[in-house]
Amino acid sequence: MGAQLRVYKRRIRSVTATKKITKAMEMISAARIGKAQRAVAASAPYADELTRAVTAVATRSNAKHPLTTENPNAKRAAVLLITADRGLAGGYSSNAIKASLTLTERLREEGKDVVTYIVGRKGLSYYTFRNLTVGNSWTGFSDKPTYGDAKTVGAELIEAFTAETGGVDELHVVSTEFVSMLTQDAVAARLLPLKLDEVQLSDQTPAKSEIFPLYDFEPSAEGVLDALLPRYVESRIYNALLQSAASEHAARRRAMKSATDNAGELIKSLTRLANSARQAEITQEISEIVGGANALADASRGSE
Amino acid sequence: MAELHVELVAADRKVWSGAATIVVARTASGDTGIMPGHTPVLSVLETGPVTIRTVDGGTVIAAVHGGFISFADNKLSLLAEIAELADEIDVARAERALEQAKSDLDAHAERRAEVRLFAARGLKAHA
Repeated sequence: MGAQLRVYKRRIRSVTATKKITKAMEMISAARIGKAQRAVAASAPYADELTRAVTAVATRSNAKHPLTTENPNAKRAAVLLITADRGLAGGYSSNAIKASLTLTERLREEGKDVVTYIVGRKGLSYYTFRNLTVGNSWTGFSDKPTYGDAKTVGAELIEAFTAETGGVDELHVVSTEFVSMLTQDAVAARLLPLKLDEVQLSDQTPAKSEIFPLYDFEPSAEGVLDALLPRYVESRIYNALLQSAASEHAARRRAMKSATDNAGELIKSLTRLANSARQAEITQEISEIVGGANALADASRGSE
Repeated sequence: MAELHVELVAADRKVWSGAATIVVARTASGDTGIMPGHTPVLSVLETGPVTIRTVDGGTVIAAVHGGFISFADNKLSLLAEIAELADEIDVARAERALEQAKSDLDAHAERRAEVRLFAARGLKAHA
């Protein structure tokens, strides 16, 4: 076998192996999107009931709570950035990072110090590589977040928000919204202080449009609000984590699908090249033989 | 007989839903029993067992950890961060957790494990 042909054969083998891997990753991600979407759906009843309750307390009483009180001269803002732990998911992590940098820029222009909290190894490595300060980070659960994870993240952020000194005055969350299998949008939203007028149920209808019964609050409206609001924040963070996980799988599936398709194309064109190299080799061999035979014939005729 | 509709929901799933005649839960101000026609109420749940008497005379017991209860229009929502039905609870594991909590002097974990065991055993006592 000629050198040229051998090189093509080797490249075809290696691309085929890569294609097998990307195909497997595509199928794994496709299976996990469904699971992640079911997790989003399963968390909706809790989130909706919680939203209704929070809105009910807020409309039926004039209770003031640190988590809903706006600081008129806010100096420090926290940004929670949700990214993936692993790469090979197309623009998923970098889109979220970009959205977070734009938000950070905007907050700085408003004269606020920004502390960034990060979920996911990709975002963390982006920030640490550029020597940007990171408030705190959590890794290892980006593709399958549990409520416990959201609680850990939420507890730290609420603590930072309610701290008397050195705390933050605002909390923004940058996550990736799962719109459909093909579209995932990196969105930035302010979570704290809570604007109860804007609170929405999972089907995007504003919670305030409902009419609430006259509840008896036990132990008191303030006590209930005290217990509810941190849960509400945790539930929002949980929802953001779940949506981002679903988006991560969808982005990875798409990236791996195009990688598989590209590998297929590459194998096709390499096969064509290998075929023509083989043909060229055969043609050359034939012409060598014919040439050799002619030379022999000429030589023997000359000796007669 | 009058009945109320109950939804027991944990943060990541719906645990139980159906019709009941009375629901007893541990709130911040003590055990509260809710029967059909109760005045609308919204209160904070403690870590404790929740007992639901279903319309067909059965009993559903669950261990809930943190959350709240809201009742309006004959619809009762029990929201808990973690909720486990008694028959889902692994007794051996809860016992181990209790031992562990006792040796660690972790009062919260101890209470959680106790509630789990209580719920799991309560079911056996009814059966």
